[in-house]
Order: sequence, then structure tokens, then C-alpha cells
Amino acid sequence: MYVSLRDRPGADSGKSGTIRRVSSTVVLLGVVSLLTDVSSEMVASVLPLYLTAAVGLSPVAYGFLDGMYQGVSAFLRIAGGYAGDRGGQPKWVAVLGYGASAISRIAMLVATGFAAITAVVTVDRLGKGLRTAPRDALIAEASDPKMLGRAFGVHRTLDTIGAALGPLVAFALLAAVPGSYDSIWVVSFAFAIVGVAVLVLFVPNLRTAAGSARIGLRRTFRAVSGRRLRRPLIAAGVLGLLTIGDGFLYLSLQERDDFAAVYFPLLYVGTNIAYLALAVPLGRLADRVGRARVLIAGHGALLAGYLVAALPAGGLGLTLVVLLLLGVFYAATDGVLPALVSRLVPDEARGSGIAAAQTVVALARFASSLAFGLLWSLQGPSWSLLLFAGLLTAAIPAVAWLLRGVDAEATA
Amino acid sequence: MSGRNRVIALVAVLLAALIGAGGYVWNVRKSQAETLASAPPVDQGGDLQSLRTQPHIVFRSNALGETYGRVAVVPLSAPNGPRAFTPASCERVYATSADTICLSAQRGLVTTYQSRLLDAGWNEARELPLTGLPSRARLSRDGSLVATTTFVYGDSYANPGQFSTRTVVTRTDGEVVGDIEKFKLVVDGKVITASDKNLWGVTFADDNDRFFATAASGGKTWLVEGSLQARTVTSIRGDVECPSLSPDKTRIAFKKHGDLPAGKWRLAVYNLRTGTEIELAETRSIDDQAEWLDDSTILYGLSHNTDGSASSDVWKVPADGSGKPEVLISDAWSPAVVR
Repeated sequence: MYVSLRDRPGADSGKSGTIRRVSSTVVLLGVVSLLTDVSSEMVASVLPLYLTAAVGLSPVAYGFLDGMYQGVSAFLRIAGGYAGDRGGQPKWVAVLGYGASAISRIAMLVATGFAAITAVVTVDRLGKGLRTAPRDALIAEASDPKMLGRAFGVHRTLDTIGAALGPLVAFALLAAVPGSYDSIWVVSFAFAIVGVAVLVLFVPNLRTAAGSARIGLRRTFRAVSGRRLRRPLIAAGVLGLLTIGDGFLYLSLQERDDFAAVYFPLLYVGTNIAYLALAVPLGRLADRVGRARVLIAGHGALLAGYLVAALPAGGLGLTLVVLLLLGVFYAATDGVLPALVSRLVPDEARGSGIAAAQTVVALARFASSLAFGLLWSLQGPSWSLLLFAGLLTAAIPAVAWLLRGVDAEATA
Repeated sequence: MSGRNRVIALVAVLLAALIGAGGYVWNVRKSQAETLASAPPVDQGGDLQSLRTQPHIVFRSNALGETYGRVAVVPLSAPNGPRAFTPASCERVYATSADTICLSAQRGLVTTYQSRLLDAGWNEARELPLTGLPSRARLSRDGSLVATTTFVYGDSYANPGQFSTRTVVTRTDGEVVGDIEKFKLVVDGKVITASDKNLWGVTFADDNDRFFATAASGGKTWLVEGSLQARTVTSIRGDVECPSLSPDKTRIAFKKHGDLPAGKWRLAVYNLRTGTEIELAETRSIDDQAEWLDDSTILYGLSHNTDGSASSDVWKVPADGSGKPEVLISDAWSPAVVR
């Protein structure tokens, strides 16, 4: 038996099966993510202002920091996933990751030069890289396999609420104490520490190794590169290569549209609202009709978003349509991918399997952003969007073919 | 640990976080209020109307108190004397004898920024397109062209390509000439199309076509000369940011990075005829677009930090590398010399 399908006692607290709730562990992990995201988005929303206005970095130095931030976490994800599997202590690996990010907030108080700030930002991203896969492995372990999509949906919803609250807290603070960035770092640190406390005190250390012997690097590698995971990983990579960063989509909206230009930061909020509203319903839909199907449909929404953004016309209505489509895309993919993958690897390699899929996506999207940026400057936004839309149109049926039967395999 | 002890431990952490962070913020707020209360009143005086008719300096007044952030005017003959306040509040200001360009911020849930042209009575004559965080603003000598540079960014700094500058040239009658980032950039004879290309800090020549600016790509910066008509910008030399053309059109004041640590610059003057460069006597790091007081003196803003509140002064230094820097106007920022 390759995949064990135990139902965890207590993971399903519904009385006779009609109304089922996600496990309390999933909700607690969601609360941890919420608090941590308030903390990190507070910093993220003021950092550009701080770096250019208060520290005085030139755009060039800022660009370097920007790229750094993106690239750093990808590789640590695999390490985090493997460490969680190997030691059978995914909770404590996650604690380490959340803790590192928390400490990086308070370090901003003393970091003044470019090098120091780069180091602090790097530690924050290392923490993020480290914690993501073991946390998702915990969610998978704590949930009924039939409700994985919903469980990830609930977690991602809480996570997104935190991400939406963060900038609000930051702006309120800056209104109360104008120009005091130190206050932002201190309050952000406080949120992060409470998040870590909830994780340490209340989240059980579910052992993904299922009581069996610890898994070696070679077996993990075999499980991750094995037949069952190979096709989903390739599919995720191909789709990731055709997923341009939302930053670029926002910039192309801004390019054609006065509304988008003035309210640029609100675009991100709009996408988040759509994501928030849809993460749970689409997660449940994935449980019912198949995760691969919802994942592919999500990329259909992305494709539609490219096409609407490439239209020569602008205006509030079309901008909102793009934000909605982008929210659908995230709701149909962000939690659905780990839900899909976690049932395709043996229990003892679950963290590594989830990490592998997320790393493939992160690296593919990074490459796609670089390529899109180059195309943009050569041919302009509309042409580049249409090219990516064309490639995605070709890729979607190919991916559907690649992923045929994967859902059946995961629940068989 | 029992369930009860866990709850107690969480409550303890919560209280510690709440009291610690809340106390910190409260303390900052209190000390900000004290600084504000103990700030000496600004010396006000002078008549805006008559100041317009003599050589003067327009700037943003940063003196703490009710007039903080307002645009003020002082006569060139008494720059550190009483200042006449205009009704306008701007983050960045630049002026000629007829027009004023004012970049201002409206703080809120989402901070938005505006670019407004003010008429001789300091009232809004026209609103110009502006995207992002105001950084630089310049008018051409006759006031017919305006250039603004903003930092454009999204909410998240985690995506590559999300951050860049945008520099837009507009005619003061409202016609948009264009985003100079879209002009053809030629560096050492080669056309640069890299996605990280940025242009900022425009200074106009007198013919309402030529201008100078900074171009950056791949971690390098250049002084570029551009033509609005031909829609091209061409590199003249490397390591130049925020150029400012002298009144006699022979020299360019700029900030250079050289081998300084990241985020540090120093002021220098480049002679367009002889191709020589002189570093100025100011050795502190300057991040401002310099302004010429006259053909022999450079003005620039430099921030200072006292009692936890940041302000800035306008300094002057000789343009030939001699002498030493002196404060010209205290608690001031973004000077524009109008003759």
C-alpha cells in the first residue's frame, strides 16, 4: 500500500457525516498564519516607502532587494519539507520558520544600512521558506482526505484575512505616529510573537511519519520523483511558467486606466477580497469534482484575466473583472495544489512532496516574471499578455491530459 | 502542559505583546507631541505679492507647527529671514515666475498623490497625471513644460518588476508629451531595452526640446541628453543621477555614487564643454536634485534628525569645489530659485 488513507479520529467532528467541519488543528494553523500575515504585510506595505523615503535607496538598489526577496525562499522550501519529514517533527520546523520571521521584524529597529536591511529581509524569507511545507503537511495530516480541499481553503482564507488586515494596521499606525517606522516594526513583532505562541502552545505535533521508521534522503527523493508525483509536478511547472506575477497584471491595468493608476494599492486588496470569498467554496468544489479539474479551471480564469487585461479599453468595470478572475485563479490553485499533491506521496514524505510542488511553482513563476518583464519592454504589455494567453491556451489541454486520472489515484 | 496552563501562557504572551507594543507606540506619540509643543514659532513675514516681483526662493517649509509642509517664499536677499507662507501644501515644489508645480500627498487608507499646477495666486490651475510616490519635479525656464518623477510600486514588494520610476513630461497647457521611459535609450551607441530600465530627474534646456536626465539599467546609471521631438535619450557619461543644468547652460550639477557604500551619494559638477568633473566640498551623502542659486552656487536639501522627528535644511556650497557647505534656509526642503 503506497498511500495510507487513515481517517484521523477527531479530524471529523461532524455527527453523522452531513455537516463536517475542518479539524481544529487546521483552524489553529490558520490563526497562526493570520497573525503572521498581519505582521509581514504590515512591513511589506510600508517597506517601499521606508526604503526610498527614509533610508534613501535608489531605485536600482531597491530593484536588487526586490529580486532577492523573491528568489531566496524557493530553495529553503524543499529543506523545510524534508526536515519536517525526516525528523518527524513538522511542528517544530514550522516554529523555527515562524520564529525566524518574527525575529527579523525586531531586527529592523537596528538595521540601518543597505546590507543590514538585505540581511533582515533575507532572514524573513528564509523563515517563510522553511515553514510553508511542514505547515501544509500538518494540515494534510490533520484532515479527512475527502475534505482536503476544504481544509486548505479554510486555512488560506484565514491567511488572506491577515494579509488584508496588515496594511490597514500599518496605515492606522502611521496616521497615529507619523513617520515612526520603528513603531511599525515593534507592533509587527508583537503580532508575530503571538502567532508563534499559538503555534507552540496549541498546535499538536502530528507526526507525518505515521510511527514508522524515519525516511532517508534517498527514499524521499524516490517518493518525490516517483511516477505518481511526476506528472503533477510537470503540470505545475508548465502552468507556473505561463503564470505572470500579479504585479505585472496590475501594472498593465495601470498602464491603460486612470482608475487603476490612482488606486494602485487597492488592486491587490480587490484580488484578496475575491480570493477570500472563494477559497472555501472552490476548495469544497475540488473535493467534490476533483482537484485536478479545479486546478485547471483556475488557470482558465487566469487566461481570461490575461485577455481582459490585454483589451485596448479600460475603465473601472474591466479592472474589477480582472481582479475577480485573478481571485478565482488563486482560490482554485493556492490551496488546491497541496491538497492534490499531499495524497500522491506516502505519509512519511508528505512535507517533501508538498514542498517539491510549491518550489516547482515558485521557480517557474520567477522565470516567467523575468521573461515577461523582458517581453514587456520589447513589445509592450498587450502583445506580451496575448502571447502568454496563447501559450496558456495550448498548455491547458496538455496539462488536462497529463493530469487525467490523478484524482482517482489520490482517492482510490 | 495542561490545557489550562497553555491558556494562561497564551494570555501572558498576549498581554506582554499588547503592553510592550502599545507602550512603545504611546511613548513615540508622546515624544512627538512634546517636540511639536516645544517647537519655536516660525518667523513669518513678507508680502507674497511683492515677493513675486523680486528674485526669490520658493520652498517647502518643514518647521514644526501649524505651517509644517506649507510652501513658503523668501527674498533672495534674506533667505534665512521671515518667510511668507502660501496656502499650498506640497511634498515637492518647483516654481518659475509664472507657474508652480506642486506634488502633494493625500494620506488615507490608500495614500494617493497629486500633481497640481498652481497659478500666480497659488491656486490650482490644472491637475496633471501622476502615478506613485512623488520624487522629483521640474519646470522648464519659461514654464511651458513640466517633468515629474514618481516611484511606482505595488502593495507587495515580493514581485520582480513591481517597482520602478515613472517620469512624465507634460505641457503646462495639459498636453501630455510622454513617459520618457518609453523613449529610445541609447547608451554608448547601443539601444537599451532591458526591463529594468528606469529614467528619472529631468532638467530642461532652454529650447523646450532638449533635456537632461538620469537613466539606469543593470545597476548602472548614466547622464542622458534627450529630445522630446525625436523621442530619444542618449548617454553622455556614466554614474550620474539627478542632473541640474546651470543657468549659463555650461555645467551640470549631479549626485554620483562612485565607490561609496550603497545608498550614498556625493555632489559633483560636470562641465559640458570641457568634459571635466569637480567634486564639491560637501562630503555628506546627498539624495536630492540640486538647484543652482546662481552660476557659482549649488543648493540642495539635507535631512537632519532631532528628537526623533525628521526635518531638513536647504544648504549651499560653491560650484567650483572650493569653500564649505553652509545652511541657507533652515527647516526647508525642495528649493526653487526664481529670478
